[in-house]
Amino acid sequence: MALITVSDLSLGYDRSTIVENLNFTVNAGDYLYVVGENGSGKTTLMKTLLGLCEPLAGQIVIGEGLARNEIGYLPQQTLTQRDFPASVMEIVLSGCQNRTGLRPFYSRKEKKLAEENLARMGISDLAGSCYRKLSGGQQQRVLLARALCATGKVLLLDEPVAGLDPVVTAQMYELIAQLNKEGITIIMISHDIDAAREYASHILHIGDRVFFGTREEYINAGGAAYTMLQSRKGVTA
Amino acid sequence: MIATLMMYLEYPFVRYAFIVGVLTALCASLLGVTLVLKRFSYIGDGLSHVAFGAIAVATLLGLTNKMIIVLPVTVVCAVLLLKSGGNARIKGDAAIAMISVTALAFGYLLMNMFPASSNLSGDVCSTLFGSASILTLTVREVILCVVASALTVAVFVLFYNKIFAVTFDEDFSKATGVHADGYNTLIAVITAVIIVMGMNLVGSLLISALVIFPALSSMRLFNSFRAVTLFSAALSVICAVIGITVSILAGTPTGSTVVAADAAAFGICCAIGAVRHV
Repeated sequence: MALITVSDLSLGYDRSTIVENLNFTVNAGDYLYVVGENGSGKTTLMKTLLGLCEPLAGQIVIGEGLARNEIGYLPQQTLTQRDFPASVMEIVLSGCQNRTGLRPFYSRKEKKLAEENLARMGISDLAGSCYRKLSGGQQQRVLLARALCATGKVLLLDEPVAGLDPVVTAQMYELIAQLNKEGITIIMISHDIDAAREYASHILHIGDRVFFGTREEYINAGGAAYTMLQSRKGVTA
Repeated sequence: MIATLMMYLEYPFVRYAFIVGVLTALCASLLGVTLVLKRFSYIGDGLSHVAFGAIAVATLLGLTNKMIIVLPVTVVCAVLLLKSGGNARIKGDAAIAMISVTALAFGYLLMNMFPASSNLSGDVCSTLFGSASILTLTVREVILCVVASALTVAVFVLFYNKIFAVTFDEDFSKATGVHADGYNTLIAVITAVIIVMGMNLVGSLLISALVIFPALSSMRLFNSFRAVTLFSAALSVICAVIGITVSILAGTPTGSTVVAADAAAFGICCAIGAVRHV
């Protein structure tokens, strides 16, 4: 059975539907890119997978012993976070919340886990630093480390490279690819079709036309969608 | 001067004022950090106006224990306001403004139409600015305040890590199975309790100052959530003590003096923060 099975899913707000009849599966070890234009429902899909939004119709089945709260999430940065006074360690530790239950404080094991994930992201030296003073790339690594504290299995990333410069973007992609090689399933929202063609194992394109398949199938079949997005990118850039 | 102060401290009502003042300032500052970071700085102001309206109703009904009405009404409004933050038709700040002015208007209207005492403007003034009420506290009010503060501090310490997680990133918390809505409600309830407590000290117009100043001052200087919280609690207590002392010695209104001390501390913290950045 697949890790996540989505069948006949419809998404939207209030009574207006954004996406209909979405079907796809995610297996352990996959690297799924979710691409599509702005407003096509990518973030809504992610929030629905996380259980933050209710689907309008259809269902999401989570299998293979994966619990709902065992999904690591890297959200887009909010306004609140940009000037939030918190140390890196405080933020990474908060990823262990799904392990503590009602226990008020973190155990030694959880602190160790947080340290391990800081090391995994190569930012052990930043543990005591202030989050709001870090660069965009460093902040993303902190949030990734937090997400890794919450899960050993699946990461959902919402445009992890938004606002990063090309060099840091490339490093971020390498880092995520490395995590995928270590066995973590990745689901990523992105605008970056080139990166999808390079790193993805599967691609889900939502919007006017819906496509789901492996990267090879997408490149072979999705020429039209690809050029369409490319030209759009050209306009916005 | 010390001798004068010692003499004043012999009076129980002065000691009560210190106890209530310090505890209220402590609790307000603890929650202040969260409220400021959640962009809810103004909720203190809104809720205190609600409490003002509720006091007017309680006075009208001739209740001796006004808390029976004031506390539940304020708690309900707090929950509604903090809940509606995300997805309501009327957005957070507009909802707060609307509820706060409505409560203020109706409160004054009721007090005017059915005056409980002959000194109407005195009643209104002391509710708004807490001018004299902190020096007329009864033993029962002091005990109530001590219990409420103890509960607030206990809840804050026990749920400190959860409150941090929910404040920093509500979506992430929800996704990892933290009952963010529950904690938001908890924060709302505690906020309401603190506001009602704080009305004794600084009155309903100035209570926002107790909530936001220590947090803002502390955020100029410190970079971790824990340090910001601890320092703002300490700073708030110090300002309350200084403010009450000065008001007793100089005969100034207690509430405004405490707030003036908080404002001065904010200025100092800003200056230190600016110097350190250069």
